[in-house]
Amino acid sequence: MGVLSWQEAQGSLTAKGEREPRRIVGLGIMSSEIKAPRPMTSLIGLITSQSPRIALRPHSLRRPERGSSRRTQDGAAHSSSSAEKEHFRVTAVAFPAVAMSPSVAELLLQRLERTPPGPEGGLCSLEAATALGLDHQTLVGAVKSLQALGKVIEAETRATTRWELSAEGAEVLRDGSPEVRLFHSVPTEGLLQSDAMKLPGAQALTHRAVRQVDAVQDTVQNSLRQVQEGNGNSLSERERTDLKKRKLLLEVTLKSYWIRKGSAFSTAVVRQETDLTPEMIATGSWRKLPFKAYNFSALGLPPTCGHLHPLLKVRSQLRQIFLEMGFTEMPTDNFVESSFWNFDALFQPQQHPARDQHDTFFLQDPAEAPELPTSYMARVKKVHSQGGYGSQGYKYEWKVEEARKNLLRTHTTSASARALYHLAHQGKFTPVKYFSIDRVFRNESLDATHLAEFHQVEGVVADRGLTLGHLMGILHQFFTKLGISKLRFKPAYNPYTEPSMEVFSYHEGLKKWVEVGNSGVFRPELLLPMGLPESVSVIAWGLSLERPTMIKYGINNIRELVGHRVNLQMIYDSPLCRLDA
Amino acid sequence: MPTVSVKRDLLFQALGRSYTDEEFNDLCFEFGLELDEVTSEKDIISKEKGEEKAEGASETVLYKIDVPANRYDLLCLEGLVRGLQVFKERINLPRYEKIIPAKDEGQKLIITEETVKIRPHAVAAVLRNITFTKERYDSFIDLQEKLHQNICRRRALVAIGTHDLDTISGPFTFTAKAPSEIKFKPLNQSQEYTASQIMDLYRTDSHLRHYLHLIENKPRYPVIFDSNGVVLSMPPIINGDHSKISLNTRNVFIECTGTDMTKAKIVLDIIVAMFSEYCEKQFTVEAVEVTYPNGKTHIYPELAYRKDKVKPELINKKLGISETPSSLAKLLTRMCLNSHVIGNGNNIEIEIPPTRADVIHACDIVEDAAIAYGYNNIQMVIPKTYTIANQLPLNKLTELLRLDLAAAGFTEALTFALCSMEDIADKLGMDVSATNAVHIANPKTAEFQVARTTLLPGLLKTIAANRKMPLPLKLFEISDIVVKDPTKDVGAKNYRRLCAIYYNKSPGFEIIHGLLDRVMQLLEVPPNEENGYTIKATEAEPEAETYWLPVQHGVHYTATMKSSAFFPGRCAEIFVRGQSVGKLGVLHPDVITKFELTMPCSALEINIEPFV
Repeated sequence: MGVLSWQEAQGSLTAKGEREPRRIVGLGIMSSEIKAPRPMTSLIGLITSQSPRIALRPHSLRRPERGSSRRTQDGAAHSSSSAEKEHFRVTAVAFPAVAMSPSVAELLLQRLERTPPGPEGGLCSLEAATALGLDHQTLVGAVKSLQALGKVIEAETRATTRWELSAEGAEVLRDGSPEVRLFHSVPTEGLLQSDAMKLPGAQALTHRAVRQVDAVQDTVQNSLRQVQEGNGNSLSERERTDLKKRKLLLEVTLKSYWIRKGSAFSTAVVRQETDLTPEMIATGSWRKLPFKAYNFSALGLPPTCGHLHPLLKVRSQLRQIFLEMGFTEMPTDNFVESSFWNFDALFQPQQHPARDQHDTFFLQDPAEAPELPTSYMARVKKVHSQGGYGSQGYKYEWKVEEARKNLLRTHTTSASARALYHLAHQGKFTPVKYFSIDRVFRNESLDATHLAEFHQVEGVVADRGLTLGHLMGILHQFFTKLGISKLRFKPAYNPYTEPSMEVFSYHEGLKKWVEVGNSGVFRPELLLPMGLPESVSVIAWGLSLERPTMIKYGINNIRELVGHRVNLQMIYDSPLCRLDA
Repeated sequence: MPTVSVKRDLLFQALGRSYTDEEFNDLCFEFGLELDEVTSEKDIISKEKGEEKAEGASETVLYKIDVPANRYDLLCLEGLVRGLQVFKERINLPRYEKIIPAKDEGQKLIITEETVKIRPHAVAAVLRNITFTKERYDSFIDLQEKLHQNICRRRALVAIGTHDLDTISGPFTFTAKAPSEIKFKPLNQSQEYTASQIMDLYRTDSHLRHYLHLIENKPRYPVIFDSNGVVLSMPPIINGDHSKISLNTRNVFIECTGTDMTKAKIVLDIIVAMFSEYCEKQFTVEAVEVTYPNGKTHIYPELAYRKDKVKPELINKKLGISETPSSLAKLLTRMCLNSHVIGNGNNIEIEIPPTRADVIHACDIVEDAAIAYGYNNIQMVIPKTYTIANQLPLNKLTELLRLDLAAAGFTEALTFALCSMEDIADKLGMDVSATNAVHIANPKTAEFQVARTTLLPGLLKTIAANRKMPLPLKLFEISDIVVKDPTKDVGAKNYRRLCAIYYNKSPGFEIIHGLLDRVMQLLEVPPNEENGYTIKATEAEPEAETYWLPVQHGVHYTATMKSSAFFPGRCAEIFVRGQSVGKLGVLHPDVITKFELTMPCSALEINIEPFV
C-alpha cells in the first residue's frame, strides 16, 4: 500500500536517515517572508535519504546564485579531507534540519477538511496558525511539505500589510509621547525658554515653552495604543505617515498562504517515493509505487572539477589555428634577452625610443650578455652605422656596449630573429612557417589595458617571392579562423618591417574599426646580414593574446584576467573558447 | 607615435576643402595617419582640470592626428598639408633651395674645441624675410617641440635654438664654458643668472627639468655667443631672452647642436623646409658657414636631394600588383618622391627630397608605392608555401599536462613572471642571494624587482586574493621561471615548472602527494627507485641545500628551492631515475602567514623539462 499516515511516513524516513537525515529545506522561505528577493529554497520533493547529492543544493536558486550556494556547502565542508566524503558531510550540515511535528500537517489537513469546497472555501495560514497556537513559520513548513506531495492542497501566497510599533513606539505607548512628557515637566507657572530648552525632549518645541493649559491629550500615545490593539487601520493615512516618519510605527509586509483543498485532497497522506532504489529494482516494487515529480526548473549539481584559465584556453586555440595552417612552433624559452637580439638584429637603431629606460626592463644582474655572435654582429654593426645591402643605414656610431645590455624581451620578435638566423645557417634554404605565443615585458605605465607583462602571438613566413598581397592573404585566413573576417589594412611604421601594416577589424559592438594586429615584411637590412638569400622575403605579424581574450570573454580590465588578483570564480565560470563561433 | 594637434578649420582652409570627420578619418587611414581624437582646448582643459577651469577656453575644433614615428615631415600643419596635397595631386612638391650668400656676406658659426667633450656638433641656417602670423608662429614653436620629443630624443641627440637675427650680430661662436663663466638672461626671465643659477631655477620647472641631466655634471656647459658676447643659447637647456623671436621677427637664425650629426642635419632640413614656405622667396633658405675646430668649413643646411633607381618589376613583385612603370612613377610622385621612368621603361628614377630622411632603402620606396596604390586595393593571395607543422616538444607536453591537471580537480592560475625580491626570498624563508634570480635594473615598483625563480609565490598570492572563495582551493600553474646561468649566451635560462597547491583546513599532504602520483602515472614513470620516481624526506638542516636542474647539453646547473619554505619533517624531495626534479610538502606556517593566509597548505613544484 502506498498510503501511509503522515506520522508513519515520517517514521519510516527517519529510520533511514542516519547518514543523511531527512531534512526539509522548504523552510528557507520563512526568512524570506518579509523581504522577497532572497533566494527561496522550496520543494522538498527531491530531498530524501536516497538522494544526498540532490539535497546539496537549494533547488530554486537561479543561476547567478549558484556560487553562493556552493559557498555554503563547501564552507561547511572544512573538516573533510577527501573530496568524496565532503559531499556527504556537507549534506549533513548544509541545511539545518528543522524539526517539524508531523501533527502540524495533520492538524492543518483536518482543519482544511472542515472548510467548504470550491474557490471560496479555504484557510488563511496566519489565522490557522493563531487558531492552532502555532508559530506561523511552523505552519508554512507544513504547507510546503504538503504542497510537495502533489495536489493534496493548493496554496496561494498573499501579502498583507500590518502596522507594528517600533521599539521607540512601544516606549511612547508606555511613557507617553516626548512632547507630553515635556509638557508635564514644565511647572504650571511656566519656564524661561532658555531653561526649557535644557529639558529632555525640548527639541520638540518650536517656539516658547509656556504652559498655558492645564491638561493635554496625548494623541500620539492614543494612536499607538490603537495600533497595538490591532486597530492600526482605523488611523488616518496622515496619522500613520506622521508616526512612521517619527519612527514610532513600522509597516510590515507579511506573506501568508490562502490554503484550499487540492484535487487529490485527503487527510491521509499518500507517500510518494522520491527515487528509484536498488531494492525497488530487485523486488520490482517500483511498478506499484507512486514517485514524486522532479523539479526540472532547478539547476543540477555542479561537478567537482578543475578549470583551465581563459587566457590559456585562448592560447591553446591560437596554437591550434597555427598548427592547422602548417606553422611550426619557435622556441621562446628565454625571457632574458640581449639588446642585440631584441633590437640590433631587428635593425632598430640604438637611439630608438623603445630602447629607453622608460619602456624597457633592463637587467642589473646579469647586466650583460656574455656571448654575442661575432661575425654576424659585425655585419649588423655595419648596416646600422654605414649601411649596405642597398641601404643608407642610420649613420651613427654603433656601440657593442649597447648591444650587450641585457633586458627582458620586449617582444617575441627577438625569438623570431634567432629562428631566422638559425634558418640562414642550416645550409640550403627551405621555406618555413613559424609561430610563437609567449610572454613579453614592457616597463610601461599600467592601466586597464596595459600590464608590465603580456603574451605576444607572432606568425612568420619565409619563402621566395612573398608579396604584400600574400601577407594580406594569410592574415585574412588567420583572422577568419579567429572569427574576424572584416579586415582592412593601414600603412604604419615599424623599425624592422617595410612595408608595414596595421590590421584593423570592424567591431560590430563598438561600430568602428579597431586595431587587431600589426604586420609587415621584414627589412632586407635585417635578413641579409643574417645570411638569408636575397630572393627570400619574410612576412610576419603579431598581436597580443590578451586583447582578443578580453573581447571574447567580455572583460574590460586586464587585471581581472591576468595575475594573482583575478577572481577564481571568473576562471571557474569561463566557457569554452570557440573563437569562430 | 607622435600626435600632432591642428586646428580643423585652418587645416581645411589650407587643404582647400572641408571634410566630415569620417571622410578625413578615411583619408588619414589611407595615407597611414590616424585621426586619434576630435576635440577642442576647452574639452581638453575640462577633461584634465574640470569644467570650471575650462570656462572661457577656446572651442575651436582640434584634430589630433597620429603620425608615424619616422615621418618628421608630417609633424606640423605645414608638412601635413603639403604631404596630403601632393598625395591628392593638388600641388607638386615644392623644391627647397639653398641660397649661398656672396663671400663674407653670409652668417658664420665657429665651433671651438671645448665642445668636443660635451656636444660636438652644430649646424645652422637663416630664414630670410619670413612673415609670421600667430598661427604660423605657434606652429613653428610646436614643430620644434615635436622634433625635440621624437627624433632629438628629448634633446639628448639634438637641441634646436631659433633667434631673431636682427637682434644679434655674427659671426657666432659655439663653445663650452665653466658654468660660473656663463651669465645671461634666459628666455622670458626678467634678470640675468649664471649657468649654475639657471640650473637651480629650472630644477622645479615641469618642462625644462627633464633636460638638466644632459649637461648638469659636466665641467663645461655648451653655449653660443654672438660677436658682442650676447648669449644666444645654452643648449640643450634654454635660449637667451635677448634674441627671442616674436611675431614681428623677419629674419630667423636657426642653430641645431647635438651629439648625433646625422640627426642634427635632418632636424635643420625639416625646420627650414617646413617654414621657408613663409619666406618672401618661398622655399629658399640662406646657408650658414660652419667652421670646425680643425679649421675646415662646411655649408648648412644640406638640403640634399638623393637619387635612387628601382626596377618596376621589383615593386610589382614585392607588392603583388602589376602596374606599368609610368603608373608606378606616378604613384611614387604622389608620396613626395618625384619619379620618372628611365632606360626604356626598365627603371624608375626616384628623387628623395631632404624631408624624406626615412627613405633609406628600396623597400621604403616599395612601401610608398603601396600606400599610393592603396593597401586595400592589393589583391589578397594565400601563399603556396608548403610546410608541415611541428609543436615545440616542451609546449606540447605542457598542453597535455594542463588538461589532465584540470581533470584531476585543480584549477589553472596565471600569475606574473615578475615579482618582488621578498616574494621569492624573505617570504619563503631564504636569502635573496641564494635564489640565483635575475634582477631588474629599473623597476618602477617593487612588484618588478626580479623574475620569479619559483611558481609558488604566485599561487600563494592568488589564494590570498581569493580568501573568500569556498575551500578547498586547488590550484596549479605550468609556466616558466628564470635563473641565472652563465653557460647561456644571455647569462640566464628559463625552466618550465609545474606547481600545484592545496589550501584547506587540513594540510592535505596526501592530496598533493596523490597529484604527484597521478602526474608520474601520466608521464609513465613508475614508483620505484631504479627507473622510476621516489620521494625522500629532506634533511632537517636546509642550509645551502640545492637541487640539480638538468640542462640539455649535459651541463648541470643549480637552482635552489630551499626546504625552508616547508614545515620541518613535512617536506620531501622528488627523485626521478635518481635525479632530483623538485619538492613537495606542507608549507611552513611562517610562509603561510607571510603570504597573508590562515589555513594549512601543501604544495608541489617540479621541473618538467626532464620529461620532454
